[in-house]
Amino acid sequence: MGSPDPFLAAGLASFFLGAVSGLATWKRPATARIVAFAFAVLGSLLLAVASCLALARPSSATWSLPLVTLFQCTVRLDPLSAWFTLTLAILALAVSVYSFGYLRPLERTRNLGALGFFYNALLLGLALVFTAANAFFFLSAWEVMAVSAFCLVAFEHEKAETRSAAVVYLIMSHAGTVMMLAAFLLLAAFAGSTDFASFHLLASKLPPGEQGAVFLLFFAGFGVKAGIVPLHIWLPDAHPVAPSNVSALMSGIVIKCGIYGMARVFFDFFGPPPLWTGTVVLAVGVVTALVGVLYALQEHDLKRLLAYHSIENIGIIVMGFGAALMFRTLGHLNLAAMAIIGALYHTVNHAIFKGLLFLAAGSVVQSVRTRNMEEMGGLIRRMPGTALFFLVGAIAISGLPPLNGFVSEWLTYQALLAGFGTTHSLTRMMFPIAGALLALTAALAAACFVKAFGIPFLALPRSEAAANARETAPEMQYAMALLAAACFVLGLGATWILPVFDPITQQALGVQVSQSLVAHGFALQAGTAQSGTVSPAGIALVFLALVGTAAFLVNRRLRRARVATGPAWDCGLPGLTSDNEYTATAFSKPLRLIFSAFYRPNREIRPEYDVSPYYPSAIRFESGIEPTFEKHIYGPLKDWVFGLSRRMRAIQAGSIHAYLAYIFVTLIVLLLFGVRE
Amino acid sequence: MIAVFLTAVVQLLLLLTVAPLVGGLIKTLKARLQIRRGPGILQPYRDLLKLFRKGMVLPGTASWVFTATPYVVFAATAIAGLMIPMISAKAPLGLFGGVLAVVYLLGLGRFFLALAGLDTGSSFGGLGSSREMTIAALAEPAMMLAVFTVAIGANSTSLSEIAKVATSTTWHFLAPAQMLAFAAMFLVLIAETGRIPVDNPATHLELTMIHEAMILEYSGPYLGLIEWGASIKQLLLMTLLINAFLPFGLQSKWSLGGVLVSLAYLLLKLLVLAVSIVLVETTNAKMRFFRVPDLLAMAFTLAALGLVSTFLF
Repeated sequence: MGSPDPFLAAGLASFFLGAVSGLATWKRPATARIVAFAFAVLGSLLLAVASCLALARPSSATWSLPLVTLFQCTVRLDPLSAWFTLTLAILALAVSVYSFGYLRPLERTRNLGALGFFYNALLLGLALVFTAANAFFFLSAWEVMAVSAFCLVAFEHEKAETRSAAVVYLIMSHAGTVMMLAAFLLLAAFAGSTDFASFHLLASKLPPGEQGAVFLLFFAGFGVKAGIVPLHIWLPDAHPVAPSNVSALMSGIVIKCGIYGMARVFFDFFGPPPLWTGTVVLAVGVVTALVGVLYALQEHDLKRLLAYHSIENIGIIVMGFGAALMFRTLGHLNLAAMAIIGALYHTVNHAIFKGLLFLAAGSVVQSVRTRNMEEMGGLIRRMPGTALFFLVGAIAISGLPPLNGFVSEWLTYQALLAGFGTTHSLTRMMFPIAGALLALTAALAAACFVKAFGIPFLALPRSEAAANARETAPEMQYAMALLAAACFVLGLGATWILPVFDPITQQALGVQVSQSLVAHGFALQAGTAQSGTVSPAGIALVFLALVGTAAFLVNRRLRRARVATGPAWDCGLPGLTSDNEYTATAFSKPLRLIFSAFYRPNREIRPEYDVSPYYPSAIRFESGIEPTFEKHIYGPLKDWVFGLSRRMRAIQAGSIHAYLAYIFVTLIVLLLFGVRE
Repeated sequence: MIAVFLTAVVQLLLLLTVAPLVGGLIKTLKARLQIRRGPGILQPYRDLLKLFRKGMVLPGTASWVFTATPYVVFAATAIAGLMIPMISAKAPLGLFGGVLAVVYLLGLGRFFLALAGLDTGSSFGGLGSSREMTIAALAEPAMMLAVFTVAIGANSTSLSEIAKVATSTTWHFLAPAQMLAFAAMFLVLIAETGRIPVDNPATHLELTMIHEAMILEYSGPYLGLIEWGASIKQLLLMTLLINAFLPFGLQSKWSLGGVLVSLAYLLLKLLVLAVSIVLVETTNAKMRFFRVPDLLAMAFTLAALGLVSTFLF
């Protein structure tokens, strides 16, 4: 039992005070906006300091929070926890700064005190989830996180869409918690303790059957939160309906709780697991990534599109975990470390660029008052800052060099490629196929972000609201600038950041590999210099030099030439209007047809006639895709649950005698079991 | 350091000068095969020269993305070109990136081109962007799998390392894995460079355009940069195919003699490859757009079979 970490304690206290101040200013939205979010900013800064210190001086000292409860409220900031806490701190800092500006127009209409309370409660819950060192305390923090997230999702509860999304989220979240609880109980029964420290490498000592059960329960339980397919259906509903600052937190860090849980279980509680676990995780990762990006492509609600991309990126992270599990079992610890680093690097990268994209989308939605891309257009002229930041996020999430998404995808590719040589069984075919499907995912993501940036921001405005859009508050721009800068730092500075992972892989696998991943100080390498190198900083440098030279030469020539502005080709019609523009629906149509076996698209064309049957006065066009998972898995499941509860109504007679009888019978049964033990 | 700089400059100049030549060669050969005279091998140089001399018209609807795109495309393609071994087994910027970086840098150029297509606001731009991104997305897994086959054989994603291993005596060019991956890569090359049967570089026929539709609004020096970039990309992918799969004659040292020998081999192999592209272009009709996925699925299957064949041989 060590002494409390002052920065971590102060950070947690700051979130707590923020929540209290939200309650205190329940009736004063203007004060709430300043005070509650100032505490959030302060708490984020303190957590950033605490986690940086913890990464610099790794320790696994635990200390108790002064709370009176049934179990130990122990907290620990070991390297893995510190990495996730740092991710939380960076994102929460930007989002809280953003909130100052974003919430200003809502002061008159909304209870910002409530928002401040739940917002700080969510941050507190998140920080405790990442640092809790005791299973029951972890689950309590998990519930604080889940329930405050529910309240934030339901913040605009007057809309039916919001209410149903929030309820689906709450139900699925709790189904996940049940699975985690069961897995923790199995472990705790075996360990005789609920401390995480006593779980270390313990799961591998369980009998094989239980080991598999614990693994799958944890994977599914954390998978619900992370949004792995097919447990993802709550995510694209819940993330978009929340206020945009909350959406950024939800997609950026709340789903990462699932990733944290998986990392903790896979690489701390488990020793080398059976090989099938890794193959399952890798396969689920591939499917999740592909399904996420395919649905995102057909989505024209800007925030829903981003939510589907969260599923895709979770898939990429889970792929890294799957590969790492397999390598560990096969005895290739250095490769396992590289795969873990790829996955964890992608975790922070995704938090940063998805946070950035949601903040930019929030700025757009606030200005245009719709989430439908088809009603935007031309915003790059009216909202230049937001457009630039969205573009940076789009390049980063598409994995294009030299930004951060490229670095983590490169590491994942390298791990998958090296995987081919680790075994001689047919299993090794999984690695290159997974790599090829990762390439498909990344290319589809790029296509999707051409749409997601091109349709709302480029060309002509497609609606009155888009034509009159205004740039949003400066605080929002600062926050987006911070995250955009982080995309550059994490991309160009990757070689300087890699050593941070040494304590994490040391703790998980007992190896440190950052030395073998850096060549000449400025290039990444895959294990050895022979196996492939890449230098985002070098690429950026040469890129700037070439662009500079080309621009200089071309502009010198253009000074003497005539440069005119003219209308774009309008197909001979009188003047180019937004009706001539390609729509988001049209943009994604080729892929809708090519992957029609997956989408099962439907469309309806209904012409309306006034006089002549040859000249329709109006044509109604509807096009959609089949929600496969909702229709074929969750629909029947829901019907089954409802049917079951209808049948159970028979025993709910409402008579006190019947209930007393139930209690009596239950007591007898329990006693019988107790005696038998 | 200085050596790297010099080799980079040499290879850059080579890329810039040879790239239009390959395009001219293909055009002329194709014309001859169709019993036409053709414009002559040097026509692309004349086109570029003309474009850089002219003024230009920018569409009023476009933003800075439209202006930035030609530079991004040009620079990204040129950097990718410096990462592949061309006249020496040691690529000048091999340290900065291997085959993954090449694929993703080309992706960066494509990303901006597609945005510029949308930026004009005209229907054709959007049409081209949508089709280009679709085909690229489908070509990418096939390309990666073919690349993986080679990379796994050489145990590296560094193209210099692949070329070095491939020029050693233990390498089997005729191994089924290599041949199948080569075939897959050839199909991807056709798709990525916009050749018949995927796209027709010679036409501005509205309904079939892909690449040309995206850049329809460009003119003058900007069009020149984009066209130049496209021809560099074509040369780059052809060189990649040649030097990753058939690297014989490639010298491993940067010396005058070595460079000249390598260059002679490179030009010879480019000629052979150009002839085969011309044969494909002349003997095939352009495919319907929705048949292209079948072609790329075939490429993917070939590459996957190549990997499977490593179990057998």
